[in-house]
Amino acid sequence: MVDPKDKTPENRVSPPSRQYPETAAQLRADPPTTGHSWDGIEEFDNPMPRWWVWIFILTIIWAVGYWIAMPAWPGIQSATSGVLGYSSRANVATEISEFEARNEEFFVQLVSTDLDEIRENDELHRFAVNAGDSVFRAQCSQCHGTGGAGVQASGFPNLLDDDWLWGGTMDDIVTTVTWGIRNEDYPDARYSVMPAFGQDGLLDETEIDQVVNHVLSLSGADHDSDLAAAGEEVYLNNCASCHMDDGSGDYFIGAPALNNQVWLYGGTPEAIRHSVYYSRFGVMPGFETRLREAEIRAVAAYVHQLGGGQ
Amino acid sequence: MWDYIKLAVLGVVVVVAAVAASLARDLPYLVHMLVIILAAAITFMWTIRRIGEPVPAANPNEYMDGPIRFGVIATAFWGVVGFLVGVVIAFQLAWPELNFQWAQGYLNFGRLRPLHTSAVIFAFGGNALIASAFYVVQRTSAARLWGGGLAWFVFWGYQIFIVMAATGYVLGSTQGNEYAEPEWLTDLWLTIVWVAFLLVFMGTLINRREPHIYVANWFYMAFIITVAMLHIVNNLAIPVSVFGSRSIPVWSGVQSAMIQWWYGHNAVGFFLTAGFLGMMYYFIPKQAERPVYSYKLSIMHFWALIFLYIWAGPHHLHYTALPDWAQTLGMTFSIMLWMPSWGGMINGLMTLSGAWDKLRTDPIIRMMVVSVGFYGMATFEGPMMSIKAVNSLSHYTDWTIGHVHSGALGWNGMITFGMLYYLVPKLWQRQGLYSLRLVSWHFWLATIGIVLYAASMWVTGIMEGLMWREVDAQGFLVNSFADTVAAKFPMYVVRGLGGTLFLLGAIIMCYNLWKTVTSTAERKPARVAGAVPAE
Repeated sequence: MVDPKDKTPENRVSPPSRQYPETAAQLRADPPTTGHSWDGIEEFDNPMPRWWVWIFILTIIWAVGYWIAMPAWPGIQSATSGVLGYSSRANVATEISEFEARNEEFFVQLVSTDLDEIRENDELHRFAVNAGDSVFRAQCSQCHGTGGAGVQASGFPNLLDDDWLWGGTMDDIVTTVTWGIRNEDYPDARYSVMPAFGQDGLLDETEIDQVVNHVLSLSGADHDSDLAAAGEEVYLNNCASCHMDDGSGDYFIGAPALNNQVWLYGGTPEAIRHSVYYSRFGVMPGFETRLREAEIRAVAAYVHQLGGGQ
Repeated sequence: MWDYIKLAVLGVVVVVAAVAASLARDLPYLVHMLVIILAAAITFMWTIRRIGEPVPAANPNEYMDGPIRFGVIATAFWGVVGFLVGVVIAFQLAWPELNFQWAQGYLNFGRLRPLHTSAVIFAFGGNALIASAFYVVQRTSAARLWGGGLAWFVFWGYQIFIVMAATGYVLGSTQGNEYAEPEWLTDLWLTIVWVAFLLVFMGTLINRREPHIYVANWFYMAFIITVAMLHIVNNLAIPVSVFGSRSIPVWSGVQSAMIQWWYGHNAVGFFLTAGFLGMMYYFIPKQAERPVYSYKLSIMHFWALIFLYIWAGPHHLHYTALPDWAQTLGMTFSIMLWMPSWGGMINGLMTLSGAWDKLRTDPIIRMMVVSVGFYGMATFEGPMMSIKAVNSLSHYTDWTIGHVHSGALGWNGMITFGMLYYLVPKLWQRQGLYSLRLVSWHFWLATIGIVLYAASMWVTGIMEGLMWREVDAQGFLVNSFADTVAAKFPMYVVRGLGGTLFLLGAIIMCYNLWKTVTSTAERKPARVAGAVPAE
């Protein structure tokens, strides 16, 4: 008689298919190893997973197909060109020429239309503003900001207001963009230099204090009225020839207006003092060779409609 | 006698470097000469103080673990430095004000970025690879490191290379080649150190007492030899003056770009993949105490990997001046590389079959498994991004940065942490780690950090890719570059936070390892296996 407590395999009563294995380890009997051991590490001799092998083979087949279709293997003089005749350079050229062909009529129209009449042609003006916006983002936004607001008190002019340095008509803007300001690339660049009154000893410390207060008074800012009154004479003798008696400035020589609250380098007494003492020398590159004439006109139209166009 | 020759050579080095320093044409070169003088003078003093002392003969039956212990410390140290710089530059991108005015020209983003990449890849990763290669090759060959003190030269020489590279970056000495920024002098020094590394490794393999070479060593060997070739070819340059740091590269134009990315991609392939697979093939079976899953798979994926990887570089130059045929080859070989890369993942993960329960109890195994998981993810993402259609969106975006970091933080970082946790108790003969709880903390901080990092970079990458390519009906760009930068700000903050978590984890690891060495009980004498660990 079989003793039910005796668990030897021979004494099992249930059929083998119904038997529950003793330990989890028996479920997955280890495959043979390769027989080597390195510092206790062995290697099973498992086959490579089938899915791994098949995907690997498929990627190779796909690669061969791709080589047949596309430019692939180099020879001495040239590479196989592929049966599809693909060429990335040709594709880009086609794409560019498609857009250019579509836009060419506008570009031609932009150049042929009188600058001040561009904004009277709605369709042309919309094109000019879009094209100008795109040019502005690529070429101008680094200094003037993506929205054209410049950088406050840092010498990067705000283009949204109606306070202009070199004028805000379409003609003025086109000239400024074409040749730039105080650069060495173009003899036609807009150019003017303010003397460094302090550094070069043209004015003494007292006179500078006086003229700074006078300038502050012109713009309606807080100032010392005694110093400002004393500074009027200094101002008229040294500054008014460019900035005008009333501080309204002069577009012709790029002399900023001083009679408003818009300040290119900041309106604090310290900033104005710095401008008088050391002068300023803001520069802007010219775009004559970098942009087509139509693009320059487009960006001028864009800047003109930002808010301050004259 | 040998000592006197050494002293004479060191003396000559000091004098020559001093002369070069006095004739230096630029600051980085001067600093590099001072580093050389300092290193040679310290070695000189060290040698002269021990002169005449009897040198204990090295026992060829003992493993040489001194340079490995130093390597482990250097790995942890440079890791923290590299992660810290990474966190700093991540926040510099989010808040440009952190490019402090007073530090302009030294600690601004442009200077720190190569410092970060080189610190994590070459200082952290490189030290991890050298130390683990020295450890693994001795154990799996049952032979002492070949070359006497040469292993020490490799360790210290490599640290000098790191210091020269880092000081060069901060002072503005760069070739401008990504991951190959050091100038000619530093490059030459690395070449010497690397050849010494190769000699030590090969010498030990040749002396092995095992009949066969273990798979980890194939990968280490492929890594050392290929990196030597890549380094030399990409850095071929003619110095402007032997007393200045600048040089003119011999490659120019699109050839230069191709050589650079042949180098750059295989720095990923052979430094960060093959070398670390060598690490994986030793430390995962050891920690899991299971045999490697498949010998056949390891041999197939090894040869396929090293054959295919070397072709994949051109996928970094899709849609550039590089000819179409080269782009095709780069892309197709990258796709074919998918399965060979995954071979390593399968072998790593399947080695755990039969030991999956250890995931619950052993945070080190957990780290290694997650590491292999990230490896699998990054080696799928890579081939996918190499497809030209995908690349036209992803190229130049943060997606690439996210891809690199899921590989670097997830795969390289985690497997290195696992290795350090495994090695430190062994090397200092401790009974175990100071705290497994802290390993768990490290694991979770690092994992969450990587997820934040990768996810935020996917979002910004795809977003900026779409913004860049957006044109209106007339073909004009809709967004300016600055628009995309502004849009990325929140994700940049998330990325910085992810990096901070990863850094915190590494600091916890350093504390844990420090306490392991200083305040856990000593281990009974190690069991004998071929040769005896000692020293």
